[in-house]
Amino acid sequence: MQPRVDEIWDWLDQVPDPEIPVISLVDLGIIRDVEWQGDTLQVTVTPTYSGCPATSVINFEIEKALRDHGIEKLELKRQLSPAWTTDWLTEKGREKLEDYGIAPPSPTKGPERCPHCGGTHLERISEFGSTPCKAQWRCKDCLEPFDYFKCI
Amino acid sequence: MSADLFEFLCRMGDNTLILGHRVSEWCGHSPVLEEDIALANTALDLIGQTQLWLGLAGEVEGQGRSADDLAFLRDAWDFRNVLLVELPNGDFGQTLMRQFLFDAWQELMLGALKESSDARVAEIAEKASKEVAYHVERSGDTVIGLGDGTEESHQRMQAALDYLYPYVGEMFESDAVDAAMAKAGIAPDPASLRDAYDARLAQVMAEATLSIPDDRFAHAGGRTGRMHTEHLGHILSTMQWLQRAYPGATW
Ligand SMILES: [Zn+2]
Repeated sequence: MQPRVDEIWDWLDQVPDPEIPVISLVDLGIIRDVEWQGDTLQVTVTPTYSGCPATSVINFEIEKALRDHGIEKLELKRQLSPAWTTDWLTEKGREKLEDYGIAPPSPTKGPERCPHCGGTHLERISEFGSTPCKAQWRCKDCLEPFDYFKCI
Repeated sequence: MSADLFEFLCRMGDNTLILGHRVSEWCGHSPVLEEDIALANTALDLIGQTQLWLGLAGEVEGQGRSADDLAFLRDAWDFRNVLLVELPNGDFGQTLMRQFLFDAWQELMLGALKESSDARVAEIAEKASKEVAYHVERSGDTVIGLGDGTEESHQRMQAALDYLYPYVGEMFESDAVDAAMAKAGIAPDPASLRDAYDARLAQVMAEATLSIPDDRFAHAGGRTGRMHTEHLGHILSTMQWLQRAYPGATW
């Protein structure tokens, strides 16, 4: 019997993002579609950044997780458009990011508050951070640096 | 048409491939850690865009060549990048000046390509333009910061602009390939982007207190493949070495 699509979404929600393992691939918003095409499971994935080195690892992790759940016929489809946006992060994902010390994306083009102390006196160190999706900021209240998941 | 489209896609992909490789040469050598990370991330975006452009080029060509085949198994005369992107890094200021001169062009080009009649081209442009928005913001800010900085940084940035400006014109040249792309609604005539580019350049250079050279002479020959600078061969010998020494080697 074929597993239901919502069950498969739950499985994918257990697969951590390889670079920010506190959130899942579903939280990240890169799984665009899960669908049965006859006896083949088709999973549509969109890249975060076109050069993100995690992309091939992500595909590998998806495949591994679904095979572990007994899916045999699997097809991963890459979808470029509509391009990935940080608006697709789940609410649960945003909360987990902040707990982990990464400020979630904000439409104001900068973090709303320091993920460590909640302070709002912040300054940008660099538009680019440890991964393509992050920028480096510093809190002037607690003096700690932190990553900001930048809007795209 | 498909030969012209292949040529156009190679021009797009070779620009990002060669510049991405050049910028990656800074990895571990930048003046400060934040800049090192920023340059590495920019290089990574450019290489990612290369995979998309050259991947589509291989598909359009229909000879079974992958993006990797095109990147690693063509020789210098088959590359179609503009000369600007193959020029040496020079100092940090020269690298960022080159980046800004290219980013400002790429932003306009991708903006137009988002409306391409070829959905595959439009999709790549949509993806890449989000990344390039960050590149141009940073390279523009850095050009302003260094140009309007110390006496030394100002002098170096002016020297970088004087050296690189004669390579700007090639990005706006048009030939039969461009005419075919424009006619099919796939890509804009590059010449049509020049006014917007000049306006952007004038605004940033004024803020950076730098003077744009009057002479509009343009070195060219890269995007048509007629003649590259001596620097391209050296880049390729580093970049392609592994595939040449161990054909078919995989990760
Ligand atoms: Zn704080």
